[in-house]
Amino acid sequence: MQDPVVFRVERILRSPWLIFGAGAVLAGALALALWLLFPLYKGLLADPFWFPILVMAIMLNLILSSTAICILAERKIAGFTQDRFGPNRVGFWGLLQPLADGLKFLLKEDIIPTQVDKPLFLLAPAMALIISLSGFAVIPWAGEVRWPWAPDTLVSTQVASLDIGVLYVLAVASLGVYGVVLAGYASNNKYAFYGGVRAAAQMISYELPLGLGLLCLLLTSGSLRLEEVVRQQAQSGMWYVFLHPLPFLLILVSSFAEANRVPFDLAEAEQELVGGFHTEYSSMKFALFFLAEYAHMITGSAVLVALFCGGWAPLPFSSWLADSTAWWALLIKLGAYLAKVAVCIGLFMLVRWTIPRFRFDQLMRIAWLSLVPVGIALVAGTATLTVLGLQRTWWACLGLNLVALLGMLWTAARSGRTVTGRQDDLPDIHVEPA
Amino acid sequence: MKEEDVLVLQEPRLTAAERLYLPQILDGMGTTLRHMFDLGRRQETVCQYPEDTREGRGELRLATYRGVHRLNKDPDGRVACVACFMCSTACPAHCIHIEAGESPWPDREKYPVKFEIDELRCIYCGMCEEACPVDAIKLTPNYELVGRTRAELIFDKAKLLQVFEETKAVKPRKNPAVTDYGLTGGQPRAVAQPNVERKV
Ligand code: SF4
Ligand code: SF4
Repeated sequence: MQDPVVFRVERILRSPWLIFGAGAVLAGALALALWLLFPLYKGLLADPFWFPILVMAIMLNLILSSTAICILAERKIAGFTQDRFGPNRVGFWGLLQPLADGLKFLLKEDIIPTQVDKPLFLLAPAMALIISLSGFAVIPWAGEVRWPWAPDTLVSTQVASLDIGVLYVLAVASLGVYGVVLAGYASNNKYAFYGGVRAAAQMISYELPLGLGLLCLLLTSGSLRLEEVVRQQAQSGMWYVFLHPLPFLLILVSSFAEANRVPFDLAEAEQELVGGFHTEYSSMKFALFFLAEYAHMITGSAVLVALFCGGWAPLPFSSWLADSTAWWALLIKLGAYLAKVAVCIGLFMLVRWTIPRFRFDQLMRIAWLSLVPVGIALVAGTATLTVLGLQRTWWACLGLNLVALLGMLWTAARSGRTVTGRQDDLPDIHVEPA
Repeated sequence: MKEEDVLVLQEPRLTAAERLYLPQILDGMGTTLRHMFDLGRRQETVCQYPEDTREGRGELRLATYRGVHRLNKDPDGRVACVACFMCSTACPAHCIHIEAGESPWPDREKYPVKFEIDELRCIYCGMCEEACPVDAIKLTPNYELVGRTRAELIFDKAKLLQVFEETKAVKPRKNPAVTDYGLTGGQPRAVAQPNVERKV
């Protein structure tokens, strides 16, 4: 039945040689170009002024291209958890699928409905993407390095080294909802508007546990600089997740909410709101929202890793490489950082395909009735420890977390209700025998 | 109804760990992880279509699958349809077009001069084969319906009869045709005229 020509073309497209060969050729060409053009940019390399720009260019490209990989990974994981294969037709093992997706988005008809608020409608996707990308400016990718072309300067592998790094992250993260709200408003569509309003309400609620969790951490670290927080963890080998497991959990849960990911993706909720805020979007504008979601996820995971999982520190409980500034150490650190971010993203995806979406009242109840009280208790406890000068001793911090956990269990056992709102207070059910 | 007939069900109380909600999530993630790395189950569940088919795996129910139509032939090789228009009346998608003509054979009044089904409009509901009194129209297990133009996928009488030739081996014609004239084509009477007990 099959057309032999089509069959042959398909075979070629799907062979591993094509994709790995093309990858090798591209990488080789890049290396060759870098090598040939070296005299041209040698002067730039020696000047530390250009260094942040170099970091920015590399990391921005890395993030943008890894969103494509993330989308493929997400579809693969979705397939695997549901006993399917996921995309495996385009290229070897489906590796060219992101390319096909991108092409599809480009070629689709770009519809701007007549009733929308056009400037805002066009602004919203760009807004979403820009904001979700700007968070990565303060992330300390690999600590400090002695730059081989300017041997006496130590440069920091960070786009901007801000005194208020953590505050910047908080501010940008909460701006992230702006694109969504704008899209919902500009679409002039009930479903989209509901999506936008939901996103706004959710963001306001989950800012609180996020802030409280961060406060615990900042009381311990005593610095708002992300690179300082990471350096402390790397030098002591005591990553803050070991000291503060519950605040870590708070921030993890809130960053799911901030990234609008399942189980908190009520803003797009296909079953209730068609597509939520992006109902009216098509083609490349929809793709921008898609990219923004994944970029947000990557930046969010990077911040989480920096704050709690030791950032670029390769090994827990050891201070290996903490003070090394050699170029090879830079590579190891960067690798460790990216690996941790990848694990974190894997967790995000696994959660997405495991947990069903919350109802809106459940979402609010989780934030206000459980996360916020726990957060306040933890902040109070950490503050007490700080006054006593115990904020960096592991037994004090873990003890505090244990007490908080027991307190949660005790409250949960007494209250007889769940925060997710299983309705225990309904009257008994009478069933008449058949 | 007596008092003791009433069952009072109490919803099971949740344990404190269940109220905390996190252990349940971890449990769920364990399940998804297990499925993620279970290659055997994946291969068992998924049929990778062009290389592997449901027929090949023995999973397609040939007797009941609703694919492309065919027009049955009676044992004498004539088209079994008597052009009664039942199927086109029953069809919810209005995709059957019949032109009846006077039958050249003595055992029936009419036969279809033209019989066209628009396979693109059809929703493969199977109402036509339910409606047919002489078991002339049938849906086959043939699902590979491909064409380069729309016109190509309007199947005419010749094409429908050809589909019968292709699929009669895997799905033979079941019920014989009976009209007021008696049998339409040489079956034994016992098969052709089911009595009360044998009625299906
Ligand atoms: S299967 Fe249904 S839709 Fe298709 S021709 Fe028969 S009655 Fe019409
Ligand atoms: S119902 Fe059967 S006999 Fe009547 S027109 Fe349709 S195919 Fe022919």
